[in-house]
Amino acid sequence: MKNGPQIELRPSPHIHAPRDVVVIMRNVVLATLPLIAFYVWQFGLSAIAHVAVITITCLLAERLANRLLGQASTLGDYSAVITALLLALTVPPSLPLWMGAVGAAAAIGLGKAFFGGLGLNVFNPALVGRAFITAAFPVAVNAWPPAYWEGRFSGFFPTTFTAPLMTPPDLGAWAAKANKAVDAVSGATPLAQMKFAHAQQSAIDLFLHADAGNVTGPPAILIMLCGLYLAFRRMLDWRIPVSIMAFAAAFSAVFWLADPARYPDPLFVLASGGLMLGAWFMATDMVGSPVTPRGVVIYGALIAVVTVVIRLFGGMAEGVMYAILLGNAAAPLIDQYTTPRPFGARRGKKGGEDGP
Amino acid sequence: MSFIGKSFRHGIHPPGNKEQTAGLPIRRLAFPPRLVVHLDQFIGRQARPIVRRGQEVARGEPIAEADGFMSLPLFAPATGTVRDIRLMPSARGPRSMAIIIDVREASSQRVRWARPVDDPEGMTPEELIGAIQNTGISGLGGAAFPMHVKYAVPEGASPPDVLVANGAECEPWLSADHRVMLERPDDLLAGIRIALRASGAKRAVIGIEDNKPDAARVLREHIGGDDPISVELVETKYPQGAEKMLIYALLGRKVPAGGLPRDVGVVVSNVGSLAALGYLLPRGEGLIERVVTVAGPGVERPGNYIVPIGTPAGFVLREAGLRSANAEVIFGGPMMGLDVPELDVPVTMGVSGILVKERPPEARRVWPCIRCARCVDACPMLLNPSQLGLLARAARYEEMAERYNLMDCFECGCCAYVCPSNIPLVQYFRVAKIINREKAMREA
Repeated sequence: MKNGPQIELRPSPHIHAPRDVVVIMRNVVLATLPLIAFYVWQFGLSAIAHVAVITITCLLAERLANRLLGQASTLGDYSAVITALLLALTVPPSLPLWMGAVGAAAAIGLGKAFFGGLGLNVFNPALVGRAFITAAFPVAVNAWPPAYWEGRFSGFFPTTFTAPLMTPPDLGAWAAKANKAVDAVSGATPLAQMKFAHAQQSAIDLFLHADAGNVTGPPAILIMLCGLYLAFRRMLDWRIPVSIMAFAAAFSAVFWLADPARYPDPLFVLASGGLMLGAWFMATDMVGSPVTPRGVVIYGALIAVVTVVIRLFGGMAEGVMYAILLGNAAAPLIDQYTTPRPFGARRGKKGGEDGP
Repeated sequence: MSFIGKSFRHGIHPPGNKEQTAGLPIRRLAFPPRLVVHLDQFIGRQARPIVRRGQEVARGEPIAEADGFMSLPLFAPATGTVRDIRLMPSARGPRSMAIIIDVREASSQRVRWARPVDDPEGMTPEELIGAIQNTGISGLGGAAFPMHVKYAVPEGASPPDVLVANGAECEPWLSADHRVMLERPDDLLAGIRIALRASGAKRAVIGIEDNKPDAARVLREHIGGDDPISVELVETKYPQGAEKMLIYALLGRKVPAGGLPRDVGVVVSNVGSLAALGYLLPRGEGLIERVVTVAGPGVERPGNYIVPIGTPAGFVLREAGLRSANAEVIFGGPMMGLDVPELDVPVTMGVSGILVKERPPEARRVWPCIRCARCVDACPMLLNPSQLGLLARAARYEEMAERYNLMDCFECGCCAYVCPSNIPLVQYFRVAKIINREKAMREA
């Protein structure tokens, strides 16, 4: 050893599963692409510009954060791309581009770099960006343009190119003028209609909603299929979406059974708003979710209950975002209280309870 | 693969890669020019040399005696001259005392020394335990724990009721135990009968992973009608051969955390050790060689070889043919084996395999933990390696032990194997254990 070449000794194990972080993240991006494609099909050129600006801003912010934190570049791990695509899907495509850029910068800056980068963020960065946009631009973020507008591939929504710090034009008035065929009322998403007008759309329509005009993104069924792809490739913890959907359905069923006229049916709860996207793509963000087998179920239940409570009794129409952020915040605590009992440990021993 | 097969929770399915050697019969290697027999190659007090420099020794002759009960004698693996007794490098890292023997050219393979036992059938358990100690066998599965110590019933304790013969061989690439079961079923069964009488166990179960059905078939054919011995197949899953996992798979008993198999009435021995016992004890000989799987992409003539204890790794690899100079040589299996620092280090009793891999050009990039929970779902001890890893990074070693049960980790490597961030979790845990132990010693 003294005279020979330097030999690097490696600790066991000497073999390794082929999958690394990059492979997983790349597949999440892959699973998100059909949703993006559908989103573009629904909303046209504005959606393309919207996704592009948010993605570029996220990548630039990530690179800048790397510089400031003195890290090697982490652009190659795709995590910033995932944040960008999910953020783009959760806000309306008519959002002025500069607002999208601000949200994207907040997602990476406040949601991720602030905590130290990948793996250290407490909250899902995309949702931090979404929350930032909601707080800063409450009107614009709640104004969804009509989907399947006829001129979507030849023109942009009037709000898209609003100059920074300027008030965007009224999307509702424009929509009414531009497309009478589409029964679109700006801001009146199915959830808002249910909440404020007590008009409930059929859940089946929402699940498939091939040509409903007032939708807010790809249909629930497509989101589920993309999520299932990841679940089958074991790149997503299926217990989280299953727990969220099961508890959301069960909890809302209690109210629906008590007063079907007033409360939505469970299927509507599952199919509307951001629940599907949240359950399959946001709550499953590994960094912000618990790691213990029982912890993920409790986490899902927490998100489901908070979502339903906000939707039914809160001042807002939708609560998935806050529910998941709350779940993210609770995850470390949930982990602590659900530490599995090690193999052979006696009941009641410190260090946790019985694993499932 | 079976879903209803006997098994344990969690674990991993790495590629087995056993086909490279599993079909090849055991072959004998030539003697190396020099043997290095370490005095501390088993757990316990190191052996005391009873030879001096320049002394001639015959193959099979004792060269060191056991230093008390928790120790073993050592025997000359080949006829030759004692060249020296001094510190020599070992695979475990620090140098330790070893007897160096210059092998006489044309030394025969015949064992020249034996102390035949009168009537092994009529021995009391105590006498048998003494005779087992005299064979110098420590666990050949890798742990190298003196065999006789396991069988001795501590005062006031009741004897175990089941002897588990561990033929799981769950480490990828290795097939030495597989070949021993196929080729030496009578030695193995004889060893089990001796171990049953020595330990007081009423019955024996041979646990074999279900990727070796031929071994199970051969053993079932050789078991006598009145033998209280059964053969059970268990799921092929790593680490099925870990004693706690195997006991749970075979018997449904959980060895308590921090406890021993004895606590649930079980004693476990590796099939290779038992076969050696069945062969050596009736003849009154000592352990001087073992079967070693030499495998991996870097070997030209892979196979299972009978290697004299103390043979330098480099000699074995010269005989088996090394493909490239830029090879990584591992003693043991790829999951728990040790990277060998230099090719001079000798094969010891615990070395079940020599694995040769192409040395990867650079270390894999380590990403931060993304808390994906793959490790949590892989850990056979149901620990939370993710949290342990984060605590290790923060140097909170005591919290790891007190709150997250670090001491239950037996370093099987499942967590590090599945980690998509390539975090060297097992290494973190080893370091944490060492630091905790040193701290406890300072405070004591």
